[in-house]
Amino acid sequence: MEALNIKVVELADFVAGPYCGKLLSDFGADVIKIERPGVGDRSRQAGPFKDDVPNPEASGTFLYLNTNKRSVTLDIEDEDDREILLGLLRDADVFIEDSMPGELARLGLGYEDLRRLNPRLVVTSITPFGQTGPYRDYKAHHLNLYHASGQGYLLPMWAVDLNVPPCQGPGYLGYFDGGMAAATATLAALFARDAGGRGQHVDISVQHAMMNQERSQLRRFFDDGVSPNRTGKGRLLESLVECKDGEFAVVILSSQQQWEGLWRAMGKPEWGMQPPFDTQKGRSDNYHALRLKLAEWARTVTQDELFHSVQREGSAAAPILTAEGVFGFEQYRARGHFVSIEHPVAGTLEYVRQPTRLPNVELPPLRPAPLLGQHNDDVLAGLVPSRTRAG
Amino acid sequence: MPGPLNGIRVIDFGHVLAGPWCSMQLASLGAEVIKVETRSRPDEQRAHHGSGVAANLESNSNFFEVNLGKKSVALDLTTARGKELAKALVATADIVLENMRPGVMTKLGLDYDELVKIKPDIIMLSLSGFGATGPLRRYAAYNPCFTSVGGVAHLTGYAEKRPNTMTNSGGDARAGTAAVFSALIALKFRQQTGKGQWIDSSSCEVINSMIGDQMMDFAMNGRSPRRHGNSDAIMAPHGVYRCAGEDEWISVAVGSEDEWVGLLRALGNPAWAGEARFATPRGRWENRAELDARLSEWAADKTYYQAMELLQAQGVPATPSFKAQDLFTDPHVLERGAVQDVEHPVLGKRTTIAPPYRFSDTPARIRSGAPLLGEDSEAVFGELLGLAPGEIAALVAEKVIY
Repeated sequence: MEALNIKVVELADFVAGPYCGKLLSDFGADVIKIERPGVGDRSRQAGPFKDDVPNPEASGTFLYLNTNKRSVTLDIEDEDDREILLGLLRDADVFIEDSMPGELARLGLGYEDLRRLNPRLVVTSITPFGQTGPYRDYKAHHLNLYHASGQGYLLPMWAVDLNVPPCQGPGYLGYFDGGMAAATATLAALFARDAGGRGQHVDISVQHAMMNQERSQLRRFFDDGVSPNRTGKGRLLESLVECKDGEFAVVILSSQQQWEGLWRAMGKPEWGMQPPFDTQKGRSDNYHALRLKLAEWARTVTQDELFHSVQREGSAAAPILTAEGVFGFEQYRARGHFVSIEHPVAGTLEYVRQPTRLPNVELPPLRPAPLLGQHNDDVLAGLVPSRTRAG
Repeated sequence: MPGPLNGIRVIDFGHVLAGPWCSMQLASLGAEVIKVETRSRPDEQRAHHGSGVAANLESNSNFFEVNLGKKSVALDLTTARGKELAKALVATADIVLENMRPGVMTKLGLDYDELVKIKPDIIMLSLSGFGATGPLRRYAAYNPCFTSVGGVAHLTGYAEKRPNTMTNSGGDARAGTAAVFSALIALKFRQQTGKGQWIDSSSCEVINSMIGDQMMDFAMNGRSPRRHGNSDAIMAPHGVYRCAGEDEWISVAVGSEDEWVGLLRALGNPAWAGEARFATPRGRWENRAELDARLSEWAADKTYYQAMELLQAQGVPATPSFKAQDLFTDPHVLERGAVQDVEHPVLGKRTTIAPPYRFSDTPARIRSGAPLLGEDSEAVFGELLGLAPGEIAALVAEKVIY
């Protein structure tokens, strides 16, 4: 068995910071999660819960984001607990934190303090707007970040007009973008340290991480002289259709070749090879009429039939999957996209697995997310031998 | 100052979006990225514009956006000598990246099984829509397919409307970004164990893992969550409100008692705020339509910047729904250096988004513009592989270096 041979201390809440920690813990890093005594991570309250019965040990959001970590309860406002935290950081490799800029420095836990304590430490700070700049103290939830990044203004894509308000993305996708950028930068900093360097401070702005994901659209401001918006691109790209079974699918229309495959899958209707539908330009100029024809055809086939018949002709189409569709999707099953994990309170559940799989590393099986303070005795034993703590 | 991946070399067979996205970010972290491409079948992002086929392979601004900081060699991989040279490049490298359809690299004789013979600790990243194994491995997939199968399309948009396939490159962006993470995990393990790997990445799986939390309700209760626009299951008010400027919207999200009190201060403590039904989070959530109406009224005569400043001054999470133009001129974005100017011989000076990580010791940065096709052929084949100038000229004449 091999594991990422690093010790990580995570003082982070909800989604972005914990996802960064999960991206390390799932590869075997020893991630020690610091939680507030009695309360713990806010995602413990977020649910979903089995049968909607709230239980801080069995919140789906927490369970997913904290696999393979250990939990220790410390109150960083308490001087003794801060000493214990410093003890943990003395030989740690990484410290992930998401306090507002300046908060930790006030407690003697700022980067300069930690660098003196442990020059090999990589400190990764994840905040809405980063450690510097005029908005560094601004508050933001996921909704606000989605809109502050420029991604929200472009959704919902294909809005009929600008009276449809701009919209946030799905779930906590923006926080995941922030956590992904943070984990990537943390590994890069570790790589540099272990190639003859030293520890350093990594400053992640979730807003910036999200902006970066939208660069292909944002650059259109310089091409067109106006900001792109959510009403579509004036280009023939794709069409959403509703199928016979009430499920949705998307068909790709981006080239003549794509069209020909789709046309064959539709049973070669005559109109498809006659003007105006026989060229990209004609289909683009008559996009509305084209969509009606596609919709009419889609209502005669199921989502599954549409997907496979178009793909068999070499063109792209895809089913719009609900969570139920995801868990039933044969390709996901065949590739081991899910993993069963047994948790002492939540029981055995199927979780989405890390999409990065390393065939030449044999990782130990994943442990479930920790109970609040579950590892106080194990982790703190060496630091405070006489002390036993309860969650 | 060198970046954190200084000394790492990447041979990049990526094309279109997801692959280039990954290698561009590796370049920003300091890796030397050599893009292998050919004039006989140019990268689709060079060759296509929204309106059709481009006359100039150097003028596509989206190619620029995802190929910053790379070198380019022109090499036709369908020729025997081209394959040999590709292998010679791989022999000098740490990482190989490709996002051909599964099976194509095998046909070219350049799959992991071949490359590991040349460079035993090579890290190879293969990106595809559905992954390189499984019954659907040969299926075609573009961005809207990743977002659909990845489960995000169903969860995006307003509850009463149809699902939304999202913007037309977010899926590629996330597939590429996740591959940067994969490359770094593999590099870290190589540092630890001396072993490389082949990483077979499915864009659909990447996207789905980024809403893995949203899958838990099905795992627990057999229920599929639905899209809910800007609303939240607990917080209220939680939405966007129209401001005075053209298509200007302010987002406001109130999650705590402090934020609620701050909101009321910003609104001038209006009389209705004292009503009992707004006293608890649950009450505010149940009466959220009314709160939305009050906020819309308040926002209507303010610009979205004014609204943000007034609300943030009272500790209320509020941001404009920024447009592209705002982001390239916003004082915060500018002060943090989150955008920067980059010169390009054909496109001229472009402002673009800088790498999203700020390192205190080993800065990430855009080190150069996007390369011209084959711009570095002579330098790479001459200096790195030691080919004589005459040899290079002959390969150019034979359209191997092409």
